[in-house]
Amino acid sequence: MNNNTGNGLKPVQQDQNRPIDIVNKGLSRRYAAERRFRFYGLTAICASLLFLLLMFVSIIGNGYSAFQQTFIELDVFFDPEMLPESDLATADYPGLVKKTLREQFPDVSGRDNLRRLYALVSIGAGFDLQRRVMESPDLIGQKQSIWFPADDDVDMLVKGHYDRNLPESERRLNNEQLAWIDSLSQKGKLEKRFNTAFFTNGDSREPELAGIWGAVVGSIYTLAVTLILSFPIGVAAAVYLEEFALKNRWTDIIEVNINNLAAVPSIVFGLLGLAVFINFFGLPRSAPLVGGLVLTLMTLPTVIIASRASLLSVPPSIREAALGVGASKMQTVYHHVLPLALPGMLTGTIIGMARALGETAPLLMIGMVAFIVDIPGGVTDSSTVLPVQIFLWADSPERAFTERTSAAIIVLLAFLIIMNATAVMLRKKFERRW
Amino acid sequence: MSSSFLFITIILLCVVGYYLGRRRSYSVIGPAGKISQLHSRPTYYGMLTALGCGIPSLIFFSLWKIFEDNIITGIVLANLPENVRVLPKDQLSLIINDIKNLVSGNIVSGQVDPAMQTAAEQFRNLQSASAAALTVCCLAIFILALILILRKIAPKLRARNTVEAITKIALVVCSSIAIFTTLGIVLSVLFEAIRFFKAVSVTKFLFGLQWSPQIAIRADQVGSSGAFGAVPVFTGTLMISAIAMIVAVPIGLMSAIYLSEYASRKIRDVVKPLMEILAGIPTVVYGFFAALTVAPIIRDSGGNIGLEIASENALAAGLVMGIMIIPFVSSLSDDVINAVPQALRDGAYALGATHSETIKNVVIPAALPGIVGSILLAVSRAIGETMIVVMAAGLSANLTANPLQAVTTVTVQIVTLLIGDQEFDSPKTLAAFALGLVLFIATLCLNIIALHTVRKYREQYE
Repeated sequence: MNNNTGNGLKPVQQDQNRPIDIVNKGLSRRYAAERRFRFYGLTAICASLLFLLLMFVSIIGNGYSAFQQTFIELDVFFDPEMLPESDLATADYPGLVKKTLREQFPDVSGRDNLRRLYALVSIGAGFDLQRRVMESPDLIGQKQSIWFPADDDVDMLVKGHYDRNLPESERRLNNEQLAWIDSLSQKGKLEKRFNTAFFTNGDSREPELAGIWGAVVGSIYTLAVTLILSFPIGVAAAVYLEEFALKNRWTDIIEVNINNLAAVPSIVFGLLGLAVFINFFGLPRSAPLVGGLVLTLMTLPTVIIASRASLLSVPPSIREAALGVGASKMQTVYHHVLPLALPGMLTGTIIGMARALGETAPLLMIGMVAFIVDIPGGVTDSSTVLPVQIFLWADSPERAFTERTSAAIIVLLAFLIIMNATAVMLRKKFERRW
Repeated sequence: MSSSFLFITIILLCVVGYYLGRRRSYSVIGPAGKISQLHSRPTYYGMLTALGCGIPSLIFFSLWKIFEDNIITGIVLANLPENVRVLPKDQLSLIINDIKNLVSGNIVSGQVDPAMQTAAEQFRNLQSASAAALTVCCLAIFILALILILRKIAPKLRARNTVEAITKIALVVCSSIAIFTTLGIVLSVLFEAIRFFKAVSVTKFLFGLQWSPQIAIRADQVGSSGAFGAVPVFTGTLMISAIAMIVAVPIGLMSAIYLSEYASRKIRDVVKPLMEILAGIPTVVYGFFAALTVAPIIRDSGGNIGLEIASENALAAGLVMGIMIIPFVSSLSDDVINAVPQALRDGAYALGATHSETIKNVVIPAALPGIVGSILLAVSRAIGETMIVVMAAGLSANLTANPLQAVTTVTVQIVTLLIGDQEFDSPKTLAAFALGLVLFIATLCLNIIALHTVRKYREQYE
């Protein structure tokens, strides 16, 4: 409504203090405020999405190169003199690698230079040779060209994470080493290949040998314990509270308790695990069993709350129909209500599991931070889990570990996204409007 | 028989018991009888049999397992030579450890004493004897119960009611685990904290200004005074949480308002899942992001304008923690804003208010208790957050108000005090539990207030 129509309706009154004029005077200011407010809202959303983008770009940008690893090809002569038939297991395999390197670069001499030359190839090369010889002893006396993982410094240089133009004293690789690497790559004896070790190895102090498999297996065991315990217990608790419990003091306390537990900091659960499971019950430290128990207590509230919501969404008419044909209360719940509520419960459980998979702090408390090379073989073996592995690697000073940390994060996020996507799909597929 | 194998055997036997019980119920009514002559359906007789046999033998099994180790150790100890038995308690436990290591075949350091060898031998014998006895007893109990129950099965037996009663007891037990968890947290943290407060007085802990929990091994060591004044730790926690809330509250609240009041359905469908991704990222990833990306950016930009900034500073940790909390604030406030009845908005529009005026003057005041509740929950989350601060905030307990310096938080101190080898009688380790107690009480109060306000608010509009 503008000024003209106002004038048209009441031409007599020319007073400037009519309400409509006051309103109109303020309109542009108010519309500007409206636009500003809207803009703030949009900015807030863009800011949070920008953070998300920045985080993903920084992690993927840092981590994608870890899926490749530089390898060096060496022509190894399995010298029968160095590999006595009597004790193949303890022969000097690192020495064999060194000898091969000396043969490859015959003009290198001097103790320091040789040491630098040996540093090009990972110390894992010796173990690799040992494994090959132990597998097929008839290699001895033959010559074979084998690709060995390069040392992490070489790897970083080849991937361009080290600046070649820095003064020699500030570089981790000196000029001769650069020359050797260049000559190797000219001869086609240096190549980037898919980094299988990253997915199949356990932890290691050497970045080029470190892998996430040990942590992944630890995570799987821990999550398995969590799932086996938290799903049945959570569902049972939800069924009792939603279907059987009378409204009284006790159930009120339980309810308030569950809501509060859902908001207790996770590290407090770690303290509980340390004091109760490890010190009181004497369960082994660093074991997936204890980790699973702690995470069970942590995820139970999530599972219970989701399961109750799911039970609540089943219409009462179903229960009444079952009771009407003579089913007992228990039969009603187990034959009719529970099957209908199960998809919602599963969704809640998967979301709880995804949270448990990413949880780190309580597991630090129960000693899952130990440096463990072996792949755990059961729920009582010492092990670590993926997020804790990330935490450990993030602390390591080597540049190559930064790259691997990011790569491990990519793997962890991939798992999480798969789990959450499954939950969303389940919800979409079984969603039912009554 | 190994114990896990025995356990599986009992479970399998329960399955057998189920079928036996069911068949028995068919046979008691005879081939000509009808199922309707039975009180319950045959499956209930089966379940009754399985539960009735399985539960007693499993209870026996777990009781045996709990006490087995202590009893065997006691017997072995009683047979040790006189000079070993009179040793003080800690040395004795070392010897027991050695014996157990011998038994499991691990290498024991030093020479193996023949007395130890015999003790280990005896230990091993007792273990195998115990395993055999356990197997026999469990199976005997199972078979006895099976015979008793099968004989009791009759058409009049109210099998369904019994099975349902047992199931209900199981349900009650499951639902009270939440209570036991809380109780466990309170007791475990409280007991260790009380032990700590025996060594360090409560007032010193709560109001002392110096925090350096490392205790000197030698008397003349520098910098290891073993001071447990937690004020610097508390202020550090508060500062980082405050920075996080300064980031998270405006952004989270504004995005919630935009999403629930302005955004079209399409935008909501895209943005909400993205926010959920932000909420689902593990905190260790945020911590890595803070330490690797954000902290260097802050340090370098501070260096450019001539500021001296510690590489582990409160600002980086607080900023990233704020980012982590944005989706938390936004989804909680979103729920709260959506719960405001449409009639209130319509009333405001009818009076000629613009959209933003309606939001500012009607919707937000109406939703305020709920919003405050969700902010309180976010604060409790920020206080209890661990990984970001462990990775980005540093360890030094500075009593400072400068966000560009390194500060430490309650959670960081708990983690650093408890990682690695610990002895459970030094105040250093116990201090972690005292801090845990403070943390638990603080977050619990915040949660109770927050949940209460949100609940009250919801009831108001329902």
